[in-house]
Amino acid sequence: MISDITFGQYFPSNSVIHRLDPRIKFLLLIFIIVFIFIGNMYGIGLSLLFSIVIMILSKIPLKVYLKNLKVILPIIIFTGLINMLYVKTGTILVDWWKITITVDGIYKAIFMAVRIALLIIISSTLTYTTTPNDLTDAIERLCKPLKFIGLGTVVHMLTMMMTIALRFIPTLIEETQKIMNAQKARGADIESGGLISRVKALVPILIPLIILSVRRAYDLAEAMECRCYNGGVGKQRMKQLHLRFSDFFALFVCLIWGGLIILIKIFLG
Amino acid sequence: MKTDKIIEIKNLCYEYTEDDEVPVLSDFNLSVKRGSFTVILGHNGSGKSTLAKLMNGLFKPSSGTVEIDGMLTSDDEYEIEIKRRVGLVFQNPDNQIISSIVEEDVAFGPENLGFAPDEIRKRVDAALKAVNMYEFRKSAPHNLSGGQKQRVAIAGILSMTPECIVLDEPTAMLDPQGRKEVLSALINLNKEKNITIVLITHFMEEAQFADRVLVMSNGRITGDGAPNEIFSQTDLLKEAGLSIPQTTELLSILKENGISVENGIISIDECAKEILKFLN
Repeated sequence: MISDITFGQYFPSNSVIHRLDPRIKFLLLIFIIVFIFIGNMYGIGLSLLFSIVIMILSKIPLKVYLKNLKVILPIIIFTGLINMLYVKTGTILVDWWKITITVDGIYKAIFMAVRIALLIIISSTLTYTTTPNDLTDAIERLCKPLKFIGLGTVVHMLTMMMTIALRFIPTLIEETQKIMNAQKARGADIESGGLISRVKALVPILIPLIILSVRRAYDLAEAMECRCYNGGVGKQRMKQLHLRFSDFFALFVCLIWGGLIILIKIFLG
Repeated sequence: MKTDKIIEIKNLCYEYTEDDEVPVLSDFNLSVKRGSFTVILGHNGSGKSTLAKLMNGLFKPSSGTVEIDGMLTSDDEYEIEIKRRVGLVFQNPDNQIISSIVEEDVAFGPENLGFAPDEIRKRVDAALKAVNMYEFRKSAPHNLSGGQKQRVAIAGILSMTPECIVLDEPTAMLDPQGRKEVLSALINLNKEKNITIVLITHFMEEAQFADRVLVMSNGRITGDGAPNEIFSQTDLLKEAGLSIPQTTELLSILKENGISVENGIISIDECAKEILKFLN
């Protein structure tokens, strides 16, 4: 099950979406999410079409998207059902005991389900096509204006934390594996028993892991100090981001799509 | 200001807490010549890691002074400049790599120093080439071997163009192959780029490439001289708690038994040659 969650992973490729500027991608993500929410019943059809185009352009296998949707399928179904049962207007199809299902209700259910699915697809496209480093970089740069209201160091601290967290995820996984093996070699039983005994078995793994991480943090802090780190004051970046024609084009396409959504809402609402 | 002696330690005393009965280092004097390759030998707890951290101002002396090119490490004004001039490399390479891409990690130092992006790029490329890691510039650190990671850590210091690199047991966690890689990278930096190297270790084998070897025991220097001079004094080395290479041990036993071999030798080939002299 855990391996099914592809949300947040990066899939290397050289698609048009991959090559977009991470800042633009991040902003467009927010833009698209907002407009998917603004759109009405007819607008969602257009959004669906738009998302399919994005999915094809990203060159990410359809399987990856579907796997991700499978994980949240219960949420989608639940939301659909609730909406279906609570809409009481329109032609009644079923009226039995306290349950009434109307045509409007079914429309509404499909509308909500598609909306949630699209949100997941669009936001996972961002992480599928952008390296974690580029993403943190984009967030730091986009938050630059916050510097003027005195939040510069906060932004820097948060992005530094993200960078370090991402760097140490593989290291910590490796370390967990080592500790688990060491405890197993000492006779610890990790994989059998009920839920409670399994949770209890995690304690001898978590404690060494936490202690080692704290030590690692001390070492890392010293190493950073040795490399003239002073909290990001006067820091430069090696990698400079430049907006290219394709970035503006993507922005343009999204604006047109957003405009259509609004028009549909006004004239077909 | 550039002086002949890059690091000058005078009457240094260091204790972790004020009520320590025995200070880690007491009345410690040492000067390191520019462009030299110095090896400091000592077993665990001899105070050598503390000494390393005192050398670039990470620790401030309790009393006495540490001067880097005439700048006192206790003077906050020079803090960044001292850390730029004297780079420190630690034992565990995993704990000193900050970014998940090699080249971005190497760029960390110059980025902090605020160089222009083009200049940072140039420095990163040069540093990675100097330690033979250029082809791995786009790799993730967790996919590299220990020796490669340690060389990335050295490149991370190198990109700040230091005058001196202090390494605190950089090979202790590496396999023999990685140890060889790191050591040859250091020798290369010393010879080609004229960077002063202070290598702190407990492997005597690594001391044979040095210009000068210091032996540390209980916070004091107990031996100081050229590698051959030090290696011939097996008693001194044993007293410092160091494990003596078999070659050196063999030669000193031969000498004790009246065969006048040269006994300051570590490498197996040279040892064999020395013994052959007496067999023919």
